[in-house]
Amino acid sequence: MFLINCPYCGERDQSEFSAGGEAHIVRPKQPTELSDDEWAEFLFMRKNIKGIQFERWNHAHGCRKWFNVIRDTSNDKIHAVYKMGEEPPIK
Amino acid sequence: MKNKYSIFSLIKNAFSYHENWQRAWRDPVPKKEYEAIIIGGGGHGLATAFYLAKKHNMKNIAVVEKGWIGGGNTGRNTTIIRSNYLWDASAGLYDHALKIWEGLSQELNYNVMFSQRGVMNLAHNLQDVRDLKRRTHANRLNGIDAVWLNTEEVKKFCPIINTSPDIRYPVLGGTLQRRAGTARHDAVAWGYARAADAMGVDIIQNCEVKGIKRNGDSVEGIETTKGFIKTKKIGVVAAGHSSVIANMVDLKLPLESKPLQALVSEPVKPIIDTVVMSNAVHAYVSQSDKGELVIGAGTDAYISYTQRGSHDVVEGTLKAILELYPIFSRMKMLRQWGGIVDICPDASPIISKTHIKGLYFNCGWGTGGFKATPGSGDLFAHTIANNEPHKLNADFNINRFVSGDLVDEHGAAAVAH
Repeated sequence: MFLINCPYCGERDQSEFSAGGEAHIVRPKQPTELSDDEWAEFLFMRKNIKGIQFERWNHAHGCRKWFNVIRDTSNDKIHAVYKMGEEPPIK
Repeated sequence: MKNKYSIFSLIKNAFSYHENWQRAWRDPVPKKEYEAIIIGGGGHGLATAFYLAKKHNMKNIAVVEKGWIGGGNTGRNTTIIRSNYLWDASAGLYDHALKIWEGLSQELNYNVMFSQRGVMNLAHNLQDVRDLKRRTHANRLNGIDAVWLNTEEVKKFCPIINTSPDIRYPVLGGTLQRRAGTARHDAVAWGYARAADAMGVDIIQNCEVKGIKRNGDSVEGIETTKGFIKTKKIGVVAAGHSSVIANMVDLKLPLESKPLQALVSEPVKPIIDTVVMSNAVHAYVSQSDKGELVIGAGTDAYISYTQRGSHDVVEGTLKAILELYPIFSRMKMLRQWGGIVDICPDASPIISKTHIKGLYFNCGWGTGGFKATPGSGDLFAHTIANNEPHKLNADFNINRFVSGDLVDEHGAAAVAH
């Protein structure tokens, strides 16, 4: 349980948000040309990192907008929040 | 076994005030090389080592554990055992485990306190009723005992349930698997550890794996906090931390690790003699032999390795518990904790070899791995020893995420994930 600083609404309780999993997984440009292996990679395979993770969140019970969060999954500490389409503020 | 537990050993040790019991397992220094190494000393890992030694005659094996054995999800779950899964593949897998449970205390010479007190799954709406009835029929076709109970029969089987039609989620009936039940989770880890140790398996605790050494397409050994250990076969049974191990060899798994919570109440006199699960409201409850209510909550929706979990998840579960069991309204909760569960997109496990020769994964058990402990160990041992899956775990290979042959137990498994 933690607070998330929504870039549109400000700091709110995590229970207002929906987690969208790992961020920056780009949808393939030519889906029809993908092999089964590539589809599996896109759809299912995840790094599932213990440590600093780049992830997507949706303010489901608020503004309903999607944005990105950089969070340490080993202690739930949030390092940065940034909007969709923006470059991550830390690498 | 050198020091068999029996009524005679109990009497003999009573004369020395139980001060001279032998150690249940050794604390060995790692050897330079093993025939196989199991990463993870939980129930599944220890069971795998036990069956490798017992059925496949591999005696030179080690189990490495970063903490203490049974200290992860084995010691954190709600100890429910059942096999009433919908799909054939799952039914085969979990009922294989249940059959081993039925003789496990004798097999290990260790009382795992397996208690077939029955597991009841409640239906709260018309769709639940249809789904659960369908599952009952599917179970019976697979030779798994299952019966449908109407509301009166539910009330008769577990009188403290509030079956009033006025509540938010009224009880419209339920299914019952009488062969299902609970076991003592710690005893399962200790029993397997003792039995494996007696056959020569080295159980190495406080030994964290830091890396996996590869030579081209095969494995050569593991780097640990106790030095390098050589081996040609590595079985990874690291539950919530499976991806951490997989990332060491740049292998991506279809897993997400999330906290799953449970809690126990203060001990009270016997009040509930079965296990009751409810999918729709996500609350399940049983009572331990000490008298504590053992309550299972849900997972958090986000990836985390914190072993804590969110308050609102527990709150939701307790609200549901109170509505179903008004008698518990003044119970005090003693402890609450979280375990990190690794969940596959189809909510079914992976017991599989990988594209790296000698590297095997047993993971993805998600929220329900305890019940499968003996079967999982048996089938994983078979897979490691033969480099081929047993027919019961053939469907649970890692390649199903490429082929699309998923074993989709979301919802079908009689519990929300």
